[in-house]
This record gives sequence, C-alpha cells and structure tokens, in this order.
Amino acid sequence: MLPTPSQTVGPFYGYALPFLQGGDMAPAGHDDSAITVYGHVFDGAGDPVPDALLEFWQPAPDGSRTGAPGSLRRDQTTGGYAGRDGLTFTGFGRVATDADGRYAVRTLPPGGVPYLSVCVFARGLLHHLFTRVYLPGPDCDADPLLTALEPERRSTLIAEATAERVYRFDVRLHGDKETVFLDFP
Amino acid sequence: MALTQQDISREIAERSRAFAEAGQTRHHPARDYAPYRSSLLRHPKHPLVTVRDPEAVELSGPVFGVTDVTDLDADLTRQHAGEPLGERITVTGRVLDREGRPIRGQLAEIWQANASGRYAHQRDQHPAPLDPNFTGVGRCLTDDEGRYRFTTIKPGAYPWRNHTNAWRPAHIHFSLFGDAFTQRLITQMYFPGDPLFAYDPILQSVTDAAARDRLVAAYEHDLSVPEWSLGYRWDIVLDGPAATWLEEGR
Repeated sequence: MLPTPSQTVGPFYGYALPFLQGGDMAPAGHDDSAITVYGHVFDGAGDPVPDALLEFWQPAPDGSRTGAPGSLRRDQTTGGYAGRDGLTFTGFGRVATDADGRYAVRTLPPGGVPYLSVCVFARGLLHHLFTRVYLPGPDCDADPLLTALEPERRSTLIAEATAERVYRFDVRLHGDKETVFLDFP
Repeated sequence: MALTQQDISREIAERSRAFAEAGQTRHHPARDYAPYRSSLLRHPKHPLVTVRDPEAVELSGPVFGVTDVTDLDADLTRQHAGEPLGERITVTGRVLDREGRPIRGQLAEIWQANASGRYAHQRDQHPAPLDPNFTGVGRCLTDDEGRYRFTTIKPGAYPWRNHTNAWRPAHIHFSLFGDAFTQRLITQMYFPGDPLFAYDPILQSVTDAAARDRLVAAYEHDLSVPEWSLGYRWDIVLDGPAATWLEEGR
C-alpha cells in the first residue's frame, strides 16, 4: 500500500504533544546510573530552533527492546498527566525545545548498543529526521554506522561528555557541521 | 518587497512541473521546498545516510497502553463544561503498514484549531475568537483492526505569515506510532473540496498529486450520525520497515 505523506508538525503542537516528565525517562530510583543528554537544535543560520520536538527511543539497560506503556501516564481524576510511575522504564521520551532552542533528557544507559535513537520534528521541517546520539566509548569504534562515515561527519553523531554521566548533543539541521540524518529503507 | 500569493503560486507551479518532468515517484514532501519559506534553513543539505542494519534499534518502537489515554480523550467536544461552537464531526479510519496489516494498540494523537481557525496556543494571536469550550487535543489507541475514532468539530481555515494573504486550508494534525520507530509519522488531514488547496505551500509540498490526495479525508454519509455529527473517513498507511520479530512475538 502507498504511504500517507508526511506534513510538518507546525508551530502549534505545544499544547498537544509534550507531556509531563516527557524527558524524565529514567525512573526516579535509578539516580546512580542515570545519564543526562542535553543540547541545542540549530538552523542553517546557526540560530537556535525554539519550536523543535525531539523523540527518543532506546533499549532498556538489559538490552530489551520491547518498551513498556506509561510514558504519558494519565490522571484518571483530572484527565491531566500523572507523570511516570517512578518504576517502569518505557524507553520512550519526548521533549520540545525551549525558547533558547535547548532540550534535556534524563535516561538510563541503553543496553547492547551505544546509542539513543532520535526523531526530530520542527516547524519548517516537512518530514521528520532520524538521527542517533552515540555515547562516547569503546563501543563506538565497532559500530557499523559510525565506522562507515567520514571522521568529520561521524563526529556529529557522538555526544560530548561535559561532566560525569552528562552529555551534550547538538542537532544542526542545515549547513555548517550538519548532523548526520538517517534513512531506513 | 512583500511576497505575494502570485509569487508563491509561481514557485509551486515550477516545483510541480519539475517533478512531473523528472517522472519519479515521491510519496513524501521534499524537505527543501522553498515555497514553504520556513523550510529554507531547516532541511539537511547532505543526503540521508542509509542504515540497513537488521539489528537497528529503530526497527522496534515505543508501546502505549490504557494508562496513557483516558476514555474522554477521543471526544474533543466533551473536554470542557460546555459544548464547543462549530460543526460536530466524527473522524475515523484505520492505521495500516505498507503490507496492509493493521497497527494495533498504538497511539494516535490529534490537535487542531477551533471552528474559527484559532489554536489554543499563546503564539497564535490572530484576531479570531478562542472557544472556552474547545482545546483541540485528542488521543486514542488503535483497536485490533487498527481503527481510530475521534469526535471533534470541523476546524476553520486560518491566516499565516509565509507570504501576504497566506491561508491554511482547514486541517487536523495527526501523530501516529507504528510497531517500529521507523514508521513514525506526523502529518495533517484535510477536508474534501477545500478551495485553499492550490494556494497552500505545505499541502503542495507533496508534489505527487496522487500522494496529495491521500491527505484528504472522504465525506462518508454512513458515518454521519443523525441529528448529531458529520462523518469523515481517513485511512493512514505508515511508511518504513518493521521488524518481523515483533510480528512473531504477538
């Protein structure tokens, strides 16, 4: 069957798609092992993009890729968001960039692979873009995607450790140091 | 000089002609579609890098369940104390993969402007009234046949600032998850016969006319509820590969 075409997320998704604790993927009890990934989304002029939406998907620390419900757990009394349950790792996160074009997620290290999968949406972007946040380390040296890229392009996929278990990963949509974006045929 | 509809329509026609001459099939919009001015600095210049790794994490995807939706979420006309203004409609259809298999138990999210064409968003300040009884956000899980169903009101057209006198045709934003992250889709559903289609660079960014038609719902009289609402059907086919192991595991 022929696919339904993509259309831009537009500027007005902010009251619909982001949810409470969307970026708090790590359950509250895992403070010792949780990692933080943060950064900016930039356009081709180097300006921050204040209306981008990033989604993250990853295996659990044990390598499981089944995920779990409960990312946008609801409050049955008010109809609002209850926040995550504090125990379950769903593998899914969603964050909008703020007025500075900045985002942050707190998650658990992915099991079996050195990367988090990212889907980027924005006003002005007619079709979402996939990329990956690689966490620096020896596993990156054997990764089939990274090793196939020119060093300069490869570096756009590898997050920079800025503190213990804290990583910076900027997304550049266009032009100078443009992030590598992925296609899955 | 201010950019006119004529300028944008000329660009749309040029891109349409170039597409026809190239004789290609293209289901999705090009990301660098200049008539939609916001795309200029927000599309990659490098080609996408193809990933053929059967172990790619993206071949699996997030899951959702009864904790993630409430029963009222699929009825956008019942989220406030009073009834929203506008033409009450029911929108339903199936979410399928490229093989025609239903996408079961997955999250469908919608958002839209109210009947006057105004979003409940602080950055939408154009002079049309807000409706205190309408927010315009809905959610549901697809059933075992891949079906979704929303009750809402028909959104209005609204102006935007791509060029002078730019108006968006009425549309509902849809966000869909497949069984794999690769199948993720955010798109817009339009209403049949809207006179604004030809003027809109966002819809026209889908340069293939047959693909564009797949963004337009069908009015279906049998879906209309007597004395209550008008019915529209819109089926959605998600692109992208899905991991077969997921299918086997169900």
